[in-house]
Amino acid sequence: MVPFAGWDMPVQYDGVIPEHRAVRSDCGVFDVSHMGELEVEGMRAFDLLQSTLSNDVSRLEVGDAQYTLLTNERGGIVDDLIVYRTDQHRYLLIVNASNRDADYRWLKECEIRGSDVRDFSDDYALLAVQGPRSLERLGLPEAKPFTWAMGEVDGIEVMVNRTGYTGELGVELMCPAEDAPALWDAVVGRGAKPCGLGARDTLRLEVCYPLHGNDITPDTDAVSAGLGWTCALDTDFTGAGELRRIKAEGPQRRLIAFVMTEKAIPRQGMEIANGGVVTSGSHSPMLDIGIGMGYVPTAEADVGTELTIDVRGRARGARVVKKPIYNREER
Amino acid sequence: MPVDESYPDGLKYHPEHDWARIEDGEATLGITWFAQDALGELVHYEAPDEGSTISKDDSYGEVESVKAVSDLITPLSGEVLAVNAKVVDAPETVNDDPYGEGWLVRIRLSDPAEIESLLDANAYRALLESS
Repeated sequence: MVPFAGWDMPVQYDGVIPEHRAVRSDCGVFDVSHMGELEVEGMRAFDLLQSTLSNDVSRLEVGDAQYTLLTNERGGIVDDLIVYRTDQHRYLLIVNASNRDADYRWLKECEIRGSDVRDFSDDYALLAVQGPRSLERLGLPEAKPFTWAMGEVDGIEVMVNRTGYTGELGVELMCPAEDAPALWDAVVGRGAKPCGLGARDTLRLEVCYPLHGNDITPDTDAVSAGLGWTCALDTDFTGAGELRRIKAEGPQRRLIAFVMTEKAIPRQGMEIANGGVVTSGSHSPMLDIGIGMGYVPTAEADVGTELTIDVRGRARGARVVKKPIYNREER
Repeated sequence: MPVDESYPDGLKYHPEHDWARIEDGEATLGITWFAQDALGELVHYEAPDEGSTISKDDSYGEVESVKAVSDLITPLSGEVLAVNAKVVDAPETVNDDPYGEGWLVRIRLSDPAEIESLLDANAYRALLESS
């Protein structure tokens, strides 16, 4: 167990590698109840979110979900999150645990008459059930990614979100906190392998999902991070002007994905000799090599560029690759 | 499959969780069951160069799991005669067989008197229990 954003979190149950492989081949379950749940409700809830979130909230029907960013005036990323439209005038935001308070304060400051922001994180638990057999094992119907519906697992009522952080088919199940132990037992009883933070990190890194605090921060902008697709630059959200300028001028640096071409495991904070720094690094259980992401000058960011990474004083070769690093369809 | 905890008699142990099997002025070195269990499945072995000299209590290389990096501390001084290429290729060999196939280096001892300072299996077990 390790402390994480004020929670005691398991790094692993059986081992990072077997847990990782279970999610790629079958089904795993992660207790992600540490994540924050904020609700924005009211006749002007849409206006508040459309002016603070980077993506176009007007595209959401009730039942839809969307990956989006909370941005600052400089176009920096306060948080990345998923917004769910839960009713005509009500939205659910599932946010990073470590940013829960900052997000809440940020939205409260932007609150307008007719929009009410609430933090009800402590009332709800969230289990991510991920893997190619996840829906089948849970007995849940197929559904489009980035949608949600109410459902039931062994008699426990849950909000079934077709979202996740692994690149696999899967759902995130939200339920009242008091139902969480029974839901966990039901999901594990249906054959999902318990997985910890360690596998969550290697799974998301293989598919190049950014981790807030590592790969994206309030000092990195969405365009440089390759998240321009989450920014509806024709809407007038906080920082949109700055992001339009960065996009027009072209970013100075880019968040790239790389694989090691020599035996070594890159880690966060290691310097890239071409200029830049590793923001996430680990061992890929699927590819059995070191992989990572990091910022490099735009001139060094093309796929195929050879990089040199300083691994505790040893210069080790790496190569820029297309995202995602691991792609099931190509194997 | 994880192997059962064991600390074979006949090996010498260093408090940093390394073992040495000493024969005819040479020693084979590795990490103990406790060390591999604490690290988890190994995915990288940064080995020393053959022919290099290593000094007692200093780092001679590193092993890494997905989440952690650990220095390898040599219990004895000497010249590296051989590196276990099997572990370089398949570091998880250490988890499968820490005292056998999972050995890390073989060295020629430069100061056999250093052996006196190492722990026997009982003393190492006592150290683990007290920590």
